[in-house]
Amino acid sequence: MQRIIAKIEQGERIDGQEFLQLEREASLHQLGFLANAVRQRLHPQPVVTYVIDRNINYTDICISACKFCAFFKAPDDPKGQVLSRLELAEKIQETQELGGTQILLQGGLHPDKPLEFYEDMLRFMKTTGIHVHGFSPPEIFHFSQLSGLSLATVLQRLIAAGLDSIPGGGAEILSNRVRSEMAPKKCSADQWIEVMEEAHNLGLRTTATMMFGHIETIEERLEHLQRLRDLQDRTGGFTAFIPWPFQPDHTPLAAARKIEKTTAVSYLRILALSRLFLDNFQNIQASWVTQGPKIAQLSLFFGANDFGSTMIEENVVAAAGVHFRLSEAEIRRLVRDAGYQPQQRLMDYTPA
Amino acid sequence: MDGYIEQAGLGRILAKVRGGERLSLDDGRQLYEHPNILAIGYLANIVREKKNGNQAFFIYNQHINYSNICTNLCKFCAFGKKKGHELAYEMSVEEVKTKVRERLDEPIDEIHMVGGIHPDLPFSYYLDLLRGIKEVRPEVHIQAFTCVEIHHLAQLAGKPVDETLHALMEAGLGSIPGGGAEVFSPRIRQITCKEKLSGEGWLEVARIAHAQGLHTNATMLYGHIETVEERLQHLDALRRTQDATQGFLAFIPLAFHPKNTEMSEHSNTTGINDLKNIAVSRLMLDNFPHIKAYWVMVGPKIAQVALAFGADDMDGTVKEEVITHMAGAETEQALGHKTLIRLIQEAGRQPVQRDTLYNVLATF
Repeated sequence: MQRIIAKIEQGERIDGQEFLQLEREASLHQLGFLANAVRQRLHPQPVVTYVIDRNINYTDICISACKFCAFFKAPDDPKGQVLSRLELAEKIQETQELGGTQILLQGGLHPDKPLEFYEDMLRFMKTTGIHVHGFSPPEIFHFSQLSGLSLATVLQRLIAAGLDSIPGGGAEILSNRVRSEMAPKKCSADQWIEVMEEAHNLGLRTTATMMFGHIETIEERLEHLQRLRDLQDRTGGFTAFIPWPFQPDHTPLAAARKIEKTTAVSYLRILALSRLFLDNFQNIQASWVTQGPKIAQLSLFFGANDFGSTMIEENVVAAAGVHFRLSEAEIRRLVRDAGYQPQQRLMDYTPA
Repeated sequence: MDGYIEQAGLGRILAKVRGGERLSLDDGRQLYEHPNILAIGYLANIVREKKNGNQAFFIYNQHINYSNICTNLCKFCAFGKKKGHELAYEMSVEEVKTKVRERLDEPIDEIHMVGGIHPDLPFSYYLDLLRGIKEVRPEVHIQAFTCVEIHHLAQLAGKPVDETLHALMEAGLGSIPGGGAEVFSPRIRQITCKEKLSGEGWLEVARIAHAQGLHTNATMLYGHIETVEERLQHLDALRRTQDATQGFLAFIPLAFHPKNTEMSEHSNTTGINDLKNIAVSRLMLDNFPHIKAYWVMVGPKIAQVALAFGADDMDGTVKEEVITHMAGAETEQALGHKTLIRLIQEAGRQPVQRDTLYNVLATF
């Protein structure tokens, strides 16, 4: 342990075995001190950033039927919806009136909308001038499958229609065992990485996420982080990493077997371990949406340097029974109370 | 990790903590004002582990609030109501007995019972409450009536506090909860609860109770208008009292919940403020055996983290918590026994089910 601690303190990279040893043996305090030291090295200014945006889910109709999801509707479910142009326009206008700079645009894997539908949606949205952070890798992969076009072509067409950046959703756990059990119809771990690599090569910035605390082992979490770190070494295209725990309520997975909700201590430990392992990621986000304001604030001492988004609208976590809400003013208060300056940012982490 | 504490400018306090030396009020001020919550938590954890090792306690308990009718009407309280108010209620002795009877199939070890300062219930009512509970559940420990209520009951009985306590003990009182302490500062009491028993009066009741062999807890309501200095004076008064009596079992910092109170312009406490109060009290109250992170007040998440920031107790299963929930607490009203055990285990501690006096009933 002393050797691993010394490595981290000297800014050296830790390997997978060292990650696993830290996970087993380090105390909450040790992880906090080390992650906080790394965070301070990467961000010497006492600033915590956040973005003002809204999640827009253009449809909840989805052919993927992931077992951890409480949001989707199967294609034959009459309750499934696709957002109208009018609804889209109203949501964007409301966001801009609240000082919002971007839309996090994601939806289910719709069975038959053609690529033109998404291109038209982007062109329509871009008339407002807002930044569109949209279409997670499973969506892009799905568009490619439906259209028979290559990933590069799909991405180029979406970029031409106005896509600005790609969110890191749908990563869940980047391990084929976990994915084949939880989300067999979703793109594989390799395909997720392939979409991101292609996007980075085309000049798009993206984020990366990890949804943990369901059926995965610690080794599989490590595999996830290792894949992300390797890709970041190749492309440098990720702006941030955002880990959050699985929220079991109302999900098919929790109905099928008992899954305990990840506790605050376990969340803080993984957050800190991620900060230590992902040495080539500049930013780590706290997840107030799943953890609430108190633990999100504490996250700023466990490796997080970003408070995420105000999320004027959020539907997916809410569908799993978790309803924390935070205003911009409240985020700023929490950040100041923790001893940091709050700073509104854009998707690429430059000041707004 | 000691290097991180020295880097944070807390090396002198670290040396004192390691040497078991008492911290001064200046030390307390430095801790409260220090921005690094990790360092404060690390220091508090040293004391916590010295006193309680790796154990984390919880209790199987039931809360009963016999009445919310109150003549004090403190500004920070959403529970107390004037007699005649549409939300005012009082339970008869029979109703309280029914509450106890309803849960006879559960292994409840403690009944925690507090109420308001009722304008006209007679002293005999309170004795009957205790006797009634004992009739239904003879082996249960009753922790009831804050020092503020005890003072009121002594006035009702027309007897000195010690004699009043003897009568209550004979009727079944086992110990006294820590409520009503708020912040002892006369300035705070003048602004927020001027009808209430003074800080000195509260401490006097605690001292008399300790002299009769009754154990009590102590609390501090933080996160409203109190200053760091007022918190430190509060902790110092408790520490001096404990030096004299050794009668306090646990200290419980209570997070102010502004909703539905006359002080609703305040914000909820932050996680860092919650942890800081737990950690600094662990460090300052070197003569208190236990520091409790009351999950109803700070939420189960912070209470769990607090087990590494000075706390060694998460209180209990509770059920039907009313007082904090009337002030907008969004926490659960009950946590199952299994959930408490899991929270403690995931924090890397050993769950210990205790009775009111911290005798070990079971370990997990």
